[in-house]
Amino acid sequence: MEDTRTAPPVLTARAAGLIGCTQCGRVQEPGAERCVRCQSLLRSRDEASLQKVWAWLFAGLVVYVPANVYPMLRTSSLGKTSDSTILGGVVDLIHHGSIGIALIVFFASIMIPVGKFLAIGYLALSIRRQVSLSDHRRHVLYEVVEFVGRWSMIDVFVVAILATLVQLDFAASIKPGIAAVSFALSVAFTMISAQSFDPRLIWDASEGDPA
Amino acid sequence: MMQDAQQPPKLTDLPDLAQLIACPQCDALHFDADVPTGETARCIRCHAVIEAPRQLAMTRIIMLAAAALILMIAAIFFPFLELHAAGRIQRSSLLDTVMAFSTGMTAPLTLAMAALIVVLPIIRFTSLIYVMAPMAFGWQPARHAESAFRMAEALRPWAMAEVFIVGVAVALVKVAGLAHLAIGPAFWAFVALVIVTVLKDNFMSRVTVWKTLEQRRPS
Repeated sequence: MEDTRTAPPVLTARAAGLIGCTQCGRVQEPGAERCVRCQSLLRSRDEASLQKVWAWLFAGLVVYVPANVYPMLRTSSLGKTSDSTILGGVVDLIHHGSIGIALIVFFASIMIPVGKFLAIGYLALSIRRQVSLSDHRRHVLYEVVEFVGRWSMIDVFVVAILATLVQLDFAASIKPGIAAVSFALSVAFTMISAQSFDPRLIWDASEGDPA
Repeated sequence: MMQDAQQPPKLTDLPDLAQLIACPQCDALHFDADVPTGETARCIRCHAVIEAPRQLAMTRIIMLAAAALILMIAAIFFPFLELHAAGRIQRSSLLDTVMAFSTGMTAPLTLAMAALIVVLPIIRFTSLIYVMAPMAFGWQPARHAESAFRMAEALRPWAMAEVFIVGVAVALVKVAGLAHLAIGPAFWAFVALVIVTVLKDNFMSRVTVWKTLEQRRPS
C-alpha cells in the first residue's frame, strides 16, 4: 500500500466536472440524473446531507432519553412487580456475576449509542470547521460508525426473547416496557443519520475545491 | 487497478468516461482496469475497497443465499428455546419472539421485529438469487435486476439476523439462573444462517456485480 500519512494528490470526479455514482462508481456527464449503469439517483454532492444528518441525529437523541428513563423490562415474580431500565439491567447482570454479558449489554446499549451520537456530531461539525483528526482517520471513524450501529439492537431482541420465554404465570413473567420502543427508534434514527452522511464531504473539506 | 493510477489524470486529456471509475466513498477518480480474480482494488486516497472479484462468486452467492432461505424457514417454524421451570415447559419459536411486543403500547415494535429478523433477510436473499442466478448461468440479466440489486444493497444494514443471535446468547445468560434452558433445533438453524450470511457477504463485490450486469445487459 501507499504512504498513508499524506493523502496523494487526486483528482475527484467533481473537480473534473463529472459525477461519480456512489453505488457502482460509474463516472458520467455533468447533467446526468440517473446512473447509466445502475440507475441510481446521481448527486455530485448531497447538499442536504448535513441537514439530514443533524435532523435524524437529533431525533435519535430525543428518543434516547425516554429509552433510559422508562423501564425496559417489567418482571413479575410471585406477585411482586419490578421494573428495570437499561442501566438497571446491566447492574442486575453484574450482581448475577455474569460480567462478560453485562459488558456486552453495556457496550451495545450505552457505549455504542452515546459514542455514535458523539462521532456523528463530530463528523458533521468537522465538515464546516478545522479539526485535528486527519481526513483518513475521520473516514475510518465514519466506517466504524456505519458498521457498529445495528449492534445496538441487541437489547431490544433480548427483551423480546425474555418476554416470550418467561411466561410462567404466577412464578415469574416478563413483559416488555415502553423503553424498548423508544430505544429501537433511537437506534433506527441514528442508523439513518449515519447513512445520510456523505463521506465525500470529509475529503472535500480539506481540499477546499468548490470546483 | 489502483496501483497504476498513481498519476492523477489531467483535466484536459480525460479518456472515455467508461474507462474511469470514481471511488464510491470519496469520489477520487481512477482508471478502471480489470481486476484479476482474487485480488482487491482499493482507492488510492481513502483505501476503501472498490472491487474484489472472487472465483465463482456469483454461483457461491446463489448457493449461500438459497441455503440461508431454507435455514430461515427451519428457524421460523421449529422451537427456538425451551424453558423448563416449576414442572412446566415453555417453548418459544421465532414467531413467538416476534409477537412478544404485540400487546399494549409496544405493538408497533412487532412489525419492526418481524421486519428486522425475518422479512428483510428473506427479501434480501430472494432478490440476490433473482439477480445472480441468470448471471451465474451466463444468461442476460432478469427484468428489473438493477432495481432488485439496489434494493438488496439498501437492505443490508437492516437485516439483523446476526445481531439477533447475540441477543439470544445474552437472554440465555439472563434466564439461566431462573430456570433450566434447552436450545431447540431452530436455534442451530439460525446460527448456521448467520454463518452463511457472513460468508455470502464476503463474496460480494458490489462494483463487480454492477459491471457484470452492465456487460450482460443487451442494449
